[in-house]
Amino acid sequence: MTVTTDLVSYEDALASYDPVMGLEVHVELGTKTKMFCGCSTTLGADANSQTCPTCLGLPGSLPVVNAIGVESAIKIGLALNCSIAEWCRFARKNYFYPDMPKNFQTSQYDEPIAFDGYLDVQLEDGEVFRVEIERAHMEEDTGKSTHVGGATGRIHGASHSLLDYNRAGIPLIEIVTKPIEGAGERAPEVAKAYVAELREVIKSLDVSEARMDKGQMRCDVNLSLRPNGTKEFGTRSETKNVNSLRSVERAARFEIQRHAAVLSSGGTIVQETRHFHEDDGSTTSGRIKDNAEDYRYFPEPDLVPVAPAREWVEELRAGLPEMPRVRRNRLREEWGVTEHDMQSMLNAGAVDPIVATIDAGAPADQARKWWMGELARNANEQGKALDELSITPEQVARVTALVAAGDLNDKLARQVIEGVLAGEGDPDAVVEKRGLKVVSDEGALTAAVEEAIAGNQAIADKIRGGKVAAAGALVGAVMKATRGQADAARVKELILEKLGVEG
Amino acid sequence: MPGITREEVAHLARLARLELKDEELDHFAGQLDDILGAVARVSEVADQDVPPTSHPLPLTNVMRADEVRPSLTPEQALSGAPAQEQQRFKVPQILGED
Repeated sequence: MTVTTDLVSYEDALASYDPVMGLEVHVELGTKTKMFCGCSTTLGADANSQTCPTCLGLPGSLPVVNAIGVESAIKIGLALNCSIAEWCRFARKNYFYPDMPKNFQTSQYDEPIAFDGYLDVQLEDGEVFRVEIERAHMEEDTGKSTHVGGATGRIHGASHSLLDYNRAGIPLIEIVTKPIEGAGERAPEVAKAYVAELREVIKSLDVSEARMDKGQMRCDVNLSLRPNGTKEFGTRSETKNVNSLRSVERAARFEIQRHAAVLSSGGTIVQETRHFHEDDGSTTSGRIKDNAEDYRYFPEPDLVPVAPAREWVEELRAGLPEMPRVRRNRLREEWGVTEHDMQSMLNAGAVDPIVATIDAGAPADQARKWWMGELARNANEQGKALDELSITPEQVARVTALVAAGDLNDKLARQVIEGVLAGEGDPDAVVEKRGLKVVSDEGALTAAVEEAIAGNQAIADKIRGGKVAAAGALVGAVMKATRGQADAARVKELILEKLGVEG
Repeated sequence: MPGITREEVAHLARLARLELKDEELDHFAGQLDDILGAVARVSEVADQDVPPTSHPLPLTNVMRADEVRPSLTPEQALSGAPAQEQQRFKVPQILGED
């Protein structure tokens, strides 16, 4: 593409303008069935094999809301410190676009199930920024379009489009922030941190895997600039479907630079949607939002109101897990690690496996050492996430237990881990099959030590003469003879004992 | 009293993807005016203390367990489609060249 956009430098933009953002995040729930019918939500099924008269909008069909969908919406609302509506309705959002076979999307309009909350997000240097939540409401996903005949699958220039409605009707929760003001130059960072924190919250609630790469969580970034020192919001642009954390930050940054260029040259910002391009981090114009707001919402007559009993809401509140930020800070203190180390563990996706390994009985430092060392390296080589490795926290804990008991040394433990990852079975099975146990048989060790002394008389004499450091060479010889399976500390003790030297 | 203009009828027609001739705009503007007028009479009797009714039955919280039910086969789902391709619903061009 050869679209060039005038930009000013980020620093210059911030010198004159103050960014205001609004973030809309869609989360696809992990329910077994769709929001209003019993069709399966399994990903990757054959095209149009998960539809029924209700999600196809055929005459005479009636929707019924998914109880887990409502429960998940309430949990999300509570986790975001929202009030939960005592009574709310669904609404039809009418529009003509073939991604919804009904010609409307069932959503909520002026009565969202959750409203007026906030989420505290922590930036990388530890600063906490409060993002206020306007609302979280229930709706449904749309079908998947494939555009045929144009360049690279784009809708522009396509001769026709093909629709797969498997995704149409999958439960979505849309979470909308209030205008985020006062972030200044850190606005793109705040946007990224907010989406990251929201993802952690959603995952901790176990209502969705919230994988952005799988489209289970998608973000629209609204952004406007106003001259520094002024109150009134400028005209905003809405960058749609920004689908990674890094992209959220880049999209906000790009739009700040673009808006500033337009405004500082005396131009005006057009209120429009924009498309984000992963390859170069730019945005380009989408459709102009002239009458797009005219969705003629009206209460959905086919679905009765949802009036969550206060007892139910309180029960759900009581069952909420510890919130991720609180948990992270607690773990950081318990483990005595720095903010930076904690961040590395988070970025590596190592926190949950480490906690599970500790729960399975491993000392915290050992659990961290294996997941952030050997296992992280292995995952990196295989291009996998840590939790996709074929080793369980329990197995890692077992390895640390074998090390603690003196049955394995570090070198052997690495080989055991390697064996488990290669599918050779549990740690004990790998030790057995590969013959990796530390030689703790004193007779065998003593023999190896005597042999090493006999073969290295010159070194032995040095040690007798008081050069204890020279023992390292003999330890090496013994380790070699036992193929690394001896306990090095014990070997050193035996050598010094044999030579009559105090360690 | 509501008064609906030709322009409003044209706008609604565009939103509903209806192509109306000029004389139809006048015709429907009059008819819609009558309908809105009739409906507006309700507000003469419904005071502030009568909540707007969207549902005729006093039901709330009708929910379904999250259990998978059989779907249609792709053949059944597509059986009413005017056109199909690759087991998908085929629809005309969405956006023109612009």
